[in-house]
Amino acid sequence: MLESFSDFFRELADQYPRWNFIFFYEPVQWDRIMKGLRYTVVLSVACVIFSVIIGVVGAWLQGSSNRFVRNTVQGYIQFFRNTPPFVQLLFFYFALGQFTPTIVGADGWTETPIISNVGWAIISLSFFAGAFNVEIFRAGIEAVPESTQEAAFALGFSRFQVYKEIVLPLAFRVSLPSLNNNLVNLVKTSTQAMAIAVPELLYQCVSIWNDYPSAQYPTMLLLFCSFVFLVGILVLGMHRWEQKSRIPGYGG
Amino acid sequence: MPNDNWTPDQPLVSIKDVRKSFGSLEVLKGVSLDVMKGEVICIIGPSGSGKSTLIRCINALNDIQAGSITVEGQEVHTEKLDKLELRKKVGMVFQQYNLFPHKTALENVMMAPIKVLRKSKAEAEQTARALIKKVRLDGKEGAYPGELSGGQQQRVAIARSLAMNPDVMLFDEVTAALDPETVKEVLVTIKDLAQEGMTCILVTHEMGFAREIADHIYFTDRGVIVEHGPPATFFDNAQDPRTKEFLSQIL
Ligand SMILES: Nc1ncnc2c1ncn2[C@@H]1O[C@H](COP(=O)(O)OP(=O)(O)OP(=O)(O)O)[C@@H](O)[C@H]1O
Ligand SMILES: [Mg+2]
Repeated sequence: MLESFSDFFRELADQYPRWNFIFFYEPVQWDRIMKGLRYTVVLSVACVIFSVIIGVVGAWLQGSSNRFVRNTVQGYIQFFRNTPPFVQLLFFYFALGQFTPTIVGADGWTETPIISNVGWAIISLSFFAGAFNVEIFRAGIEAVPESTQEAAFALGFSRFQVYKEIVLPLAFRVSLPSLNNNLVNLVKTSTQAMAIAVPELLYQCVSIWNDYPSAQYPTMLLLFCSFVFLVGILVLGMHRWEQKSRIPGYGG
Repeated sequence: MPNDNWTPDQPLVSIKDVRKSFGSLEVLKGVSLDVMKGEVICIIGPSGSGKSTLIRCINALNDIQAGSITVEGQEVHTEKLDKLELRKKVGMVFQQYNLFPHKTALENVMMAPIKVLRKSKAEAEQTARALIKKVRLDGKEGAYPGELSGGQQQRVAIARSLAMNPDVMLFDEVTAALDPETVKEVLVTIKDLAQEGMTCILVTHEMGFAREIADHIYFTDRGVIVEHGPPATFFDNAQDPRTKEFLSQIL
């Protein structure tokens, strides 16, 4: 069965040179695609997690009574929201990357930076999406009535407890639709990591069609399908979460 | 700290010459009143006269500019205030219930004992179930606030406050947002509490209720206490023209 599957695409490529689905019959190419997919997934998952953490912490800091802290968060948001993520990525990798310490290898000759290109991609993209998440969560937090928080204070909750137990759970529910959009964008933006040679899906696909120009259309098709699939999983997960966290009798 | 010297024969809540402004607007212009343990006092007065502001100062939800407030001998408005200790002693129920919408009735009542008093879940649940029963809501433990009527939500809010085992309860117009039919169920709950000896400070527009339940009535207008006295004297023999006018409008 598998044999005939790869045979089919081999014959297809013979008959129609523009439709060379090379990754379906050459194991080496298939492995490249799989490796790229793994990197894309790792990159996306890591960035989703870190950017949400940045959003939660940033939104908490924005409520700080210390003006310096608030201004710092505001400055961070302005910088990352108003500059292109692609430029940020290059800046992190090429500019900041120069100043990070390196580890000298066992041969006493090779030097590897402690933050790899994958590391920089995760950092840069997380901060980029995190800036939007701060704003998204802040909008959610502002939707939590002051009076509900006051009731918790009157019961002896600390500011942190009110944030964790009352504000965040309610703000999250309000924020989910916008968060959803931002995370979808983040997964798609992860392809830019190609520019600093992170071997994610786009990087692998471009390599394949550079090596085999006849595979260009099929590889692009594969790219689109993969992202529809990946983003689909994310959206489905978020939707499930939204459903699960719906409170009976509570609008919004 | 005078705290250790406090004995139940001294006022549980003592308010002296309290002044409070919001910006340039002075809302409390020297208010004094004492509440003894087990006493029920009602504060009445026209809208905007500073009733809510006054009781919010008692549990430090508002700060004050001058004067002093003590709860069991402990000064409330000082840098050294232990907010947690204060809020364990003072329970508060709000006009808009302010339940936690993402928690069931039972969870609403259990939450503070677990998070603030660090009680075990089992212990908190036992107390919470008893309190829900006490406010006559057994069967509604699993309902979310959005699934309860206003009167039911307000009774959950009372139970939630009682779960902290406070020494004094503050009620700020807790029936003002309710339908006339449900007002009674909440008033009955408060009356039960008062009869059990809970110290209560109520802001209310329910004159009949105030008359029946209060040991002492305070009438505020424009940031001062105009007149006060036991219900019988206050309602039947008011002296100040402002009180008379207010009572004539409302009764
Ligand atoms: N947070 C605030 N900031 C500014 N002004 C306030 C604030 N809270 C209350 N005020 C003002 O203080 C005055 C007293 O308000 P307060 O809520 O204490 O009145 P009240 O007697 O409880 O009235 P009501 O019967 O309508 O509840 C009002 O003029 C109000 O506008
Ligand atoms: Mg009020």
